[in-house]
Amino acid sequence: MNEQNDKKLSRRQLLVSAGKTGISIAAAGAASYLLYDAKGPKAGVEYKEHVILKNFSVQHRPDQTMSIAKGSDRAETLNKAIKLLGGIERFVRPGETVAIKPNVAFASPPMLGATANPELVAEVVRLCYSRGKAKKVIVTDNPINDPASCFALSGIGKAASAAGAKVVLPKAKFFKHTTLAGGTLIKDWPILFEPFAKVDKVIGIAPVKNHHRAGASMTMKNWYGLLGGRRNIFHQDINTIIAELAMMVRPTLVILDGTEVMMTNGPTGGSISDLRRANTLIASTDCVAADSYGCSLLDMKVSDLPYLAKAEKAGVGTTDYESLKPILATVS
Amino acid sequence: MKIVQARRISQVFFFLLFIWFCIVSTVGEKLWQLRGWPVNWFLQLDPLAAIGTILTTHALYRGLLWALVTIILTIVFGRFFCSWVCPFGSLHHFVGFWGNRKKSAAQKIRLNKYRKAQCIKYFILVFFLFMAAFPSIAASLQVGLLDPIPLITRSFNLIFLPIVDRSVNFVSVSDRFYVGGWLIFAIFLIAVLLNLTIPRFYCRFICPLGALFGIINRFAIWRIGKRQNECVNCKLCEKSCEGGCEPAGKMRISECVLCFNCLDDCGENIISYQTQPSLAGEITNPDISRRGFVLSLASGIFAIPAVRLSGKLGSNWYHKVIRPPGALAEKEFLKRCIKCGQCMRVCPTNVIQPGGIDGGLENLWTPVLNNRIGSSGCQLNCVACGQVCPTSAIRPITLSEKLGTGEFAEAGPIKLGTAFFDRGRCLPWAMDKPCIVCEENCPVSPKAIYTQECFNTIRDGILTVKKVSDNTMETVENNLSLDKLATGDYYCAVEGDERRKIVANTENSIEISPDKLFGKIPTAGSKIEVQVRLQRPYVDIEKCIGCGVCEHECPVSGKKAIRVSAEGETRSADRKLLLKR
Repeated sequence: MNEQNDKKLSRRQLLVSAGKTGISIAAAGAASYLLYDAKGPKAGVEYKEHVILKNFSVQHRPDQTMSIAKGSDRAETLNKAIKLLGGIERFVRPGETVAIKPNVAFASPPMLGATANPELVAEVVRLCYSRGKAKKVIVTDNPINDPASCFALSGIGKAASAAGAKVVLPKAKFFKHTTLAGGTLIKDWPILFEPFAKVDKVIGIAPVKNHHRAGASMTMKNWYGLLGGRRNIFHQDINTIIAELAMMVRPTLVILDGTEVMMTNGPTGGSISDLRRANTLIASTDCVAADSYGCSLLDMKVSDLPYLAKAEKAGVGTTDYESLKPILATVS
Repeated sequence: MKIVQARRISQVFFFLLFIWFCIVSTVGEKLWQLRGWPVNWFLQLDPLAAIGTILTTHALYRGLLWALVTIILTIVFGRFFCSWVCPFGSLHHFVGFWGNRKKSAAQKIRLNKYRKAQCIKYFILVFFLFMAAFPSIAASLQVGLLDPIPLITRSFNLIFLPIVDRSVNFVSVSDRFYVGGWLIFAIFLIAVLLNLTIPRFYCRFICPLGALFGIINRFAIWRIGKRQNECVNCKLCEKSCEGGCEPAGKMRISECVLCFNCLDDCGENIISYQTQPSLAGEITNPDISRRGFVLSLASGIFAIPAVRLSGKLGSNWYHKVIRPPGALAEKEFLKRCIKCGQCMRVCPTNVIQPGGIDGGLENLWTPVLNNRIGSSGCQLNCVACGQVCPTSAIRPITLSEKLGTGEFAEAGPIKLGTAFFDRGRCLPWAMDKPCIVCEENCPVSPKAIYTQECFNTIRDGILTVKKVSDNTMETVENNLSLDKLATGDYYCAVEGDERRKIVANTENSIEISPDKLFGKIPTAGSKIEVQVRLQRPYVDIEKCIGCGVCEHECPVSGKKAIRVSAEGETRSADRKLLLKR
């Protein structure tokens, strides 16, 4: 038999022991009371951090909405086209931050034209800095193929960095949920938000490409690169999603590059035989008008691309680009 | 500087160098990226990789010549690799030291005594080498399972780096995944925790590379030994003995890992690093019994034929074992792959994954493509995996060989497998929903996925005409939901007229494009059909290269509606599917 068992408990020991017991029971009881959840969890997921993209557009000028420059040298046609719209100074003010969203969808070399031309992207960056006196220019996209490989192989990463831009790869934490007012598809959907959160201006740069599902991929389809998550499910209703993307993103300026046009096998291409020279570059503050003109480079009509009419109906822009009196110029 | 100090510096240096090589195994041109860093150097220094591949292939693949340096240095200096270079050894050394630091000298001496079980590592070595030794029966290089250099390489590259990088996404923009990584981690963890029972547990009892060095050690010119037979017999030299080689008594040369702790601990300066054998006597050969040797040899010879009874190299081959581009035919591949995971680490899209055992036991941790993981299947313009493979289980192919251009135009592109549609799951095939994401992303030109257009009448899509005015048609039925047909994919088919694209609809009316009015105005009471325009995808087997981008992008995300399997892969003639080429 244990000797201790024979010992009588002192009053002091009893009080200490009773105190400890009481405190322990009280603590357990309090914790249970505070944590008690009578209802259980709700169904579904709630996204607390909802974001909305700013409107990045500049003041409308009825006679300077769209310009079309013809020529084979992208740097020259770009400079011309932007000059005709009032110069980059109209779009980028000194000290502003600019985000450029080129089409960097695929890890393929620049000569195949599946991605925005790196020289063109670099030239826009240079313009923003030199004439626009921008404080900072970033270049970003959420590509289809591996992001780092896309920026590397397309040549856009290197060209943009060399021109002084910061290349932002789409990290998971940059995506935030958004809901488009008046939209049916973009609801609680993650978009590449962070790079655009603190910039003052947004410029889209897209090549003109054939696209078997959508008909054509141009400046409006280029905003697909802002979508995160399982965005491929939107292909079930491609026209609505493209129109909604054009509603969601109100860019400062879009540049549609039809210097070389991907006529077949789009949007990936893969062979130079898929390309045709059209020597046309469009700059516009109205992406619907730019794409409406752009589809002619693919031998298509506006009615072949239902998303154009949808976007027009939503008030994003006009498919009747002639009404904007586009300014034409030829660079020789 | 004391020699143990030099050893510690060497260990820290090589450990950090190893970590650095893990980090820089990232495709890119920045200083911390792949550029020209010799990221395979530790694997190439490993003589087991060299000897193993020599046994299976009778050839020494270029970079593995480094192993000769290790062997020569071992013959001159003894088993220096274990205590001066091996990053896994250094880790064990540190954990073993730290975990037992509070024990008394007497306890430590007991802890570091020689144990009979140290012979197990020799049996493991013999078992693996004889598994590889008879190419005419069945040779398979499985030593990488326990070879410490591949083991720590895959553990750091596939487990620790991705876990640490998750918080910052510095090395990789998106989080990396490795199938079955938990097993790699568990084995690593067990190996490290065993140091708390006996220091350098892995090195003493398991390490087949250590066993190889133990055998070579007998030829070493320099060795640890006593300058004189007699000493006070304090046994302090055995207090921190990393190899358990009994320097106080008859020195067990094969077990000595050259940690030099005995030299440092001997107060009488009796132990030295010398060319003559210990004056207290030495045992040069590993303590292995003939019976044990024969048993491990025989099990090694029988193991692979036994494993191959499953027929995984024959007609029962597993279709999901899709190897990276440039991988050798399966039998040759298994003769070379040391399961180091370098290809999985370097792959920019994370599609290369450690294999499981459903492709056969030998498939464990060998590279297989899993298109459900990573950023985009096997990237068309990438050949990184073959460039880093230390044993050429994946050949270092050029881009033109992979794509079948230039001098390889006649051979055609390297096919990893073939994509197959699951028409029961595919949206346009099974559910009459437009999609063709697979076609869009097919990187081949002309595309290996093509479509055929068809118009299918939707459910409850036969409607009765009530009234037609211009481009609007009212229907008797009242069952349409607002603008459901306005997506640009729906058409109104009237008998004897062209289909008209629907641009809007209400519950009981359909609006067609005003540009193109009805050619023949449907009469009241007649039937029209509402149809959906579908582009249904097909695989052109002659064009498909099995890259898996389609599978990766398929929006049917659970079990994909298009899946690649290894059928028709270029590397094995017996898995051909096409008659031509």
